[in-house]
Amino acid sequence: MAGIIGYGVSIPRFRIKTEEIARVWGKNGAHITSGLGVKEKAVASIDEDSATLAVEASRRAVLMAGIDPQKIGAVYVGSESKPYAVKPTASIVADALMAGPDLMAADYEFACKAGTAGMQNCLGLVLSGMVDVGLAVGADTAQGRPGDALEFSAASGGAAFLVGSKNVIAEINCTYSFTTDTPDFWRRQHAEFPQHAGRFTGEPAYFRHVVSGAKGVMKKAKTKPEDYQHAVFHQPNGKFPERAGHMLGFSKEQLQTGLVTPSIGNTYSGASLIGLAAVLDEAKPGDRILCVSYGSGAGSDGFDITVTPEIKNKKPVVSVKQLVADKQYIDYGLYVKHRRKLKSL
Amino acid sequence: MREALPLMWRNIAERYNLIGTHCATCGSNYYPQRKVCPKCRRKGQLEGRVFPGKGVILSSSQVFVSPKGFEHETPYWLAVVELDNHAKLLTQVVDSADDQVKAGARVEVVFRKIYEDSHEGAIAYGYKFKVVPGGK
Repeated sequence: MAGIIGYGVSIPRFRIKTEEIARVWGKNGAHITSGLGVKEKAVASIDEDSATLAVEASRRAVLMAGIDPQKIGAVYVGSESKPYAVKPTASIVADALMAGPDLMAADYEFACKAGTAGMQNCLGLVLSGMVDVGLAVGADTAQGRPGDALEFSAASGGAAFLVGSKNVIAEINCTYSFTTDTPDFWRRQHAEFPQHAGRFTGEPAYFRHVVSGAKGVMKKAKTKPEDYQHAVFHQPNGKFPERAGHMLGFSKEQLQTGLVTPSIGNTYSGASLIGLAAVLDEAKPGDRILCVSYGSGAGSDGFDITVTPEIKNKKPVVSVKQLVADKQYIDYGLYVKHRRKLKSL
Repeated sequence: MREALPLMWRNIAERYNLIGTHCATCGSNYYPQRKVCPKCRRKGQLEGRVFPGKGVILSSSQVFVSPKGFEHETPYWLAVVELDNHAKLLTQVVDSADDQVKAGARVEVVFRKIYEDSHEGAIAYGYKFKVVPGGK
């Protein structure tokens, strides 16, 4: 058996309301809030980046698992907002956990699904016996060009998952990925902000991959939507995952616990993993969870997960609900300062 | 460079994980690390130790005019924190309401960016603290 032995989440305290961003750009805030299904988003402060979010989430995961960090044999950090273009975040995380130096480490990039790609690698390494415990992190301080539609949702946050074979709280029964070359969203080398193909990011990109990823993993696991207590889909906004769930035959109730984007925005590499953490916070032994990420460019990783009785013995250091509730609102001026959106910053 | 890169690198273990020095002779704990125990002098036996990431604020001050490199963070809080093993250190206090940053407040460590030389320079990470409301 291999699966999740501990997890941790980090969400910055600052929030900006969708209506506040809309006010600055002369848009209808109420209309955008309901259209996107995102009422506010988490904003990293000036001294936070994807590395600090990854470290905070990973420390919580290690504390929850109650393991010696030296047991960690692999660290993979997925992000599309790395503090360094060249120099790994994974080595920063490994040293901040005192997990090194005897470990494998690398950074992954696959838009919003690099964290789940790391989880698949850790699962493979644990199942093959190459490592005892692997750490997969998805963390982002997502960029959105001022005035662009992305700015309403691009948020900051991260989640870390420890994968091992002892004291597993949620077994990963199987995983499946669906990958195609689909240029729906990208950021070129040296470009500060990503570009996207507007509505093209919907049907041929998000929905095709998430639905195919979900169908693929359910076929492999021989399951149907009604076999799951919870389903978590990548959540670029509050509406896409609901629609994907509807297309696949999942009810709103199955999606509800893992849908956090309406309160914190799209945390990119962290999004589906924070959703999975929110579900595990409340899951009971025997619960079955479907988790499907999505990364532009494009691909989806699907996971079929069963919660074990061990979950009763391990509590998260801080729950996703607590992190979502711990907030301080800032206005657009402070948001611009903290996200360094002025050239002089 | 504000600080030589090798010096920043040498401080990584100390600054990432609060590794201070413990004197096995008198039991004192020091942060940052010391080469000599000021109490025991040549009889001191210093060893590296991971210090607890929790403590209490002894005194604090809000900085409005910062040294170079911290201009965008003003106003920010500096505090002398006594860790639970009685070592004292100077630290920034973040993620805390102004009225919570006061002597006696419980704090816990967070991992943050401390400074960067420029947009293209190396980034120094390390500890800051935040108030734990109602913390014990």
